[in-house]
Amino acid sequence: MRDYVYYPGCSLKGNSKHYEESILPVFKELGFPLEELEDWNCCGATAYFSIDDLMATAICGRNLSLAEKRQRNIMAPCAGCYLTLKKANKVLRENSEKARKINQALEKAGCPYHGGIEVKHPLEVLIEDIGLDLIKDKVRYKLKGLKVACYYGCQLVRPFTDFDDPDYPTSLDQLMETIGAQPVPYSAKTRCCGGSLTGTIEEVGKRLNFILLKEAKRRGADVIVTLCPLCQFNLEIFQDKMAKDYGEDVTMPILYFSQLMGLAFGLAKEDLGFNRSIIDLKPLWPKLTNGGIV
Amino acid sequence: MDIHRQVKYEEELDKTFLEEIKVLSGAEDLDRCIQCGTCSSSCPMSIYMDSPPRKIIAQVKNGFKEEALRSFTIWLCSSCYTCQVRCPAKIEITEVMYALKRKAIEEKVYPQKFPIPVLDKEMTNLIKNYGRNSELWLILRLYLKSRNPIGLLKMAPLGLKLMKTGRMSLKREAIKERKQLKDLLKFLKEAT
Ligand code: SF4
Ligand code: SF4
Repeated sequence: MRDYVYYPGCSLKGNSKHYEESILPVFKELGFPLEELEDWNCCGATAYFSIDDLMATAICGRNLSLAEKRQRNIMAPCAGCYLTLKKANKVLRENSEKARKINQALEKAGCPYHGGIEVKHPLEVLIEDIGLDLIKDKVRYKLKGLKVACYYGCQLVRPFTDFDDPDYPTSLDQLMETIGAQPVPYSAKTRCCGGSLTGTIEEVGKRLNFILLKEAKRRGADVIVTLCPLCQFNLEIFQDKMAKDYGEDVTMPILYFSQLMGLAFGLAKEDLGFNRSIIDLKPLWPKLTNGGIV
Repeated sequence: MDIHRQVKYEEELDKTFLEEIKVLSGAEDLDRCIQCGTCSSSCPMSIYMDSPPRKIIAQVKNGFKEEALRSFTIWLCSSCYTCQVRCPAKIEITEVMYALKRKAIEEKVYPQKFPIPVLDKEMTNLIKNYGRNSELWLILRLYLKSRNPIGLLKMAPLGLKLMKTGRMSLKREAIKERKQLKDLLKFLKEAT
């Protein structure tokens, strides 16, 4: 079963519309148009698991059931949703008392799950199912000279994935090279952005993201490329305060890999959500449009 | 000056705590911790924690229930799983942190106005009722419940930027089958 149904999660319908706006046309261009999972519910994120483990797994089970009914695997672009759904999928397939209880409740509520689908992140789908060769064929404008720091964050690579390294993954770097950009060595690539802590304890969120930005600057990156809405948001929102609070200007645009892929594929930049950047992209545009025709 | 005893006598420790957290977290190897400190040195939040992860694991292992449950550490854990994938004893440390949060809420020893558990609770309530999270509503409820109007005001410039870029919606999101979700949670509750 290699067909996917798209699970947006709350962020891609909320503050990360530009992730959705870029990922849909990119997959369409690659010949894999995405359909949204009908009536999906929130994955519960880290919040629900902090309150009630059983319930949190059950609501994920409903999403898995909806996809299974349509005989499709789930593709979740938010790394948080990805981890949460994947974790639930693992638990529900186990031969345990917990799994039995939840599966029975799912069945009774009219959304039974039989353990028949996989959960994947678009990066995984791009690398493993679609393949870099096909992507290369689609590139019309190489993003030559654009230095990118590839930021994976935590939830995609830990602890349930085996498609890349949990500490120093390289799949996003390969993808960026394929579209002509130049990844810089970025040792902070899987250091946590703080997740929802930016919304609760500002000092923690600000400091963690300062560390990430500072390292990207030091490595000479023009932009940080992300694959998770929470990372993207967290890296952006405190930049204006950092110069004042920490005495160092680390201003840098934070873009989704799908936005850069769209540009390289020659899709209109107006249709890729660049207008939603909080950071001014003007200084970056000459670099983004530098590339020659392949 | 108040002088307090700084150590606990053995009979004051909770002998059942370790087993309880093992079951709650699924981290069956918890008592195989060798106190190497890999978790603490890997943890990006440890610079803010009162007890770094290594100490929390030691507390759980040895029955220091109060100390573990009242620690800020468990709320500062962002579930990044760094400690867990690096632990040489293969202990599911992140799951232990989750289990401690749940236990602290159950025993009502969590910091009631501290924004992190408040956020977790408010988000969970939104999902239970509507099936989806609505960012603006969540933020408003967070500041209301943690009684922090100044914090909300400080957020205003960011809110404006999000408005301007069309990234903040006033809409309350909801799924169609709200009844199914409620049934699911009800049936599960009955079974436990
Ligand atoms: S890394 Fe594992 S073994 Fe080492 S102190 Fe932490 S929990 Fe114990
Ligand atoms: S999962 Fe929690 S305790 Fe472990 S390294 Fe991450 S923040 Fe620290």
